[in-house]
Amino acid sequence: MSSEPIIEVSDLRKIYRAGDVDVYALRGVDLTVQRGDFLTVIGPSGSGKSTLFHILGGLMKPTSGIVKIAGQDIMRLSDAQRTNLRKVTVGFVFQKYNLLPILSAEENITIARTIAGLPQRPPAEFKRVLEVLGISHRMHHKPRALSGGEQQRVAIARALVNQPEILLADEPTGNLDTENSAIVLKLLRQLNEEFRQTVLMITHNPEAASFGHRTVTMRDGRISESLD
Amino acid sequence: MINKLVIANLMHRPIRSLLGIVAIGVVVCMMLTLVGLSRGMLQGAAERAGGVGADVVLRPPGTSLLSLSSAPLNQRMTEFLVTQEGVRLAVGQVVFPIGGIDTITGIPYKEFSELSGGFTFRSGGPMQSPDDILVDEYYARQRKIKIGDTLTLINHEWKVSGIIASGKLARLVVSMDRLQELTGNEGKISQVFLRTEPGTDIQALIARLKEKLPGYPIYSMEEVVSFFSVENVPGLDAFINVIIGISALVGFLVVFLSMYTAVLERTREIGILKSLGASPTLILRIILRESVLLSLCGAAAGIALSFATRWIIQTLVPASLTQVLVPDWWAIGAVVALVGALLGTLYPAWRAASQDPIEALSYE
Repeated sequence: MSSEPIIEVSDLRKIYRAGDVDVYALRGVDLTVQRGDFLTVIGPSGSGKSTLFHILGGLMKPTSGIVKIAGQDIMRLSDAQRTNLRKVTVGFVFQKYNLLPILSAEENITIARTIAGLPQRPPAEFKRVLEVLGISHRMHHKPRALSGGEQQRVAIARALVNQPEILLADEPTGNLDTENSAIVLKLLRQLNEEFRQTVLMITHNPEAASFGHRTVTMRDGRISESLD
Repeated sequence: MINKLVIANLMHRPIRSLLGIVAIGVVVCMMLTLVGLSRGMLQGAAERAGGVGADVVLRPPGTSLLSLSSAPLNQRMTEFLVTQEGVRLAVGQVVFPIGGIDTITGIPYKEFSELSGGFTFRSGGPMQSPDDILVDEYYARQRKIKIGDTLTLINHEWKVSGIIASGKLARLVVSMDRLQELTGNEGKISQVFLRTEPGTDIQALIARLKEKLPGYPIYSMEEVVSFFSVENVPGLDAFINVIIGISALVGFLVVFLSMYTAVLERTREIGILKSLGASPTLILRIILRESVLLSLCGAAAGIALSFATRWIIQTLVPASLTQVLVPDWWAIGAVVALVGALLGTLYPAWRAASQDPIEALSYE
């Protein structure tokens, strides 16, 4: 693991307005993730981990604080710049896979390259990622013809096809059975180790969290504990 | 890949896409059929007028080429006209409306045959008695009329003696004397056709006649034929424009509804695209491309449907209506569909483009 920070968060706060009430989702989060790290964020519902995920992915603007992703200060980025961040700097894996049902597995992966304005054909080394994920033979199938585990592996491939600096995974095993959960978690670990892919995974499952190098626990919008 | 996504989106919901295409197609077809009917009816009338074989037509004062007022001319006008220099034949006729746009035309058979070269008979032959009637092939086909059948028109029974080729004078032709008698127009006619001597200067003849008969509309047959156009029918142009406006509005509403529900249904998918870094402009482009594809397919369907309506009209009501194909209007129909569709897509597309990705991703 490199000592170069890829994510730097300092005194991050997020306040939502829900009707007439202010909801304090994040109350001063400090976090540093090194390049090549596999960090898991664990915490109960409402602890603020999804809000943190959305802010780190450039899907949401924080209220205050400093968030640097690969050297870019999220607070200073325009909407268009945050959109660009999602194209190449971060890749997302969601609990519900979020594949486009009308496209094949291969098209679901290559559309990420089209959106990023990159050549449709992935780089040669991506073939190895597909081998690791074990989905090379399922590329022409539509999502409905794939199992949950296969769909999540396609989603991981899509998240990695533009070679992002950070892979953000939000409860990636939340919809999977025990066997497929273990497969996906091992794959994330393998991708991290073999390709030095920085991974930040959010989960409420302590067993899943144990697959990371480091685990931080969130509670009431703050990081309450950090374990190596 | 984006085009593939656009096509995949439309193919994924085939019934709705098909309904959208059909609805736009009907709108375009309605427009093409209306214009085709306007032109077809006028062309048919021009063809029948041109088929008479006359050089000049004289009409009652205060009428235009496209209006008829029964029989206000004195029949003796023909006797006067035939004495004029350069006029070889003057044949009067009586035109009487029998409901809708149908008319019955009375002619002096012998003189008219001399003027026009006679009718071409598909079956049967010339009128043998004053109560005989000639019907043209389209009228016969539409009403399933055969030789020897009896037709009741203007409270009188006519016996069909001949079925004539279309394109000469009228669809229903009877004896002028009997028609005058039945309609209380004894000694009166609706208009006079003139055949000139070879080498006669038609315009000079018309000028001379106008001098002698001030107030009488007198036209060369060339003028008559060219007069039967959409531009010369009062209100028809405006009517067509109103139909085009309504077509564009219906196209707008169809596409608006279709794309609005499509965008709602695809909220989550739009969120996925946004999480992958799709910009609002790209989302806008995807939705607009879908709409363009939908409207172009609809326009093609509309053009194909206009062939179908023409076939139906030719088969079922060839005498009452004539529709021609209007290829010069295909592009106009497509543009109207496209404009309506694009306007109808703007709001749903803007809504899709401005969706918050987090809200979109949590949409069930």
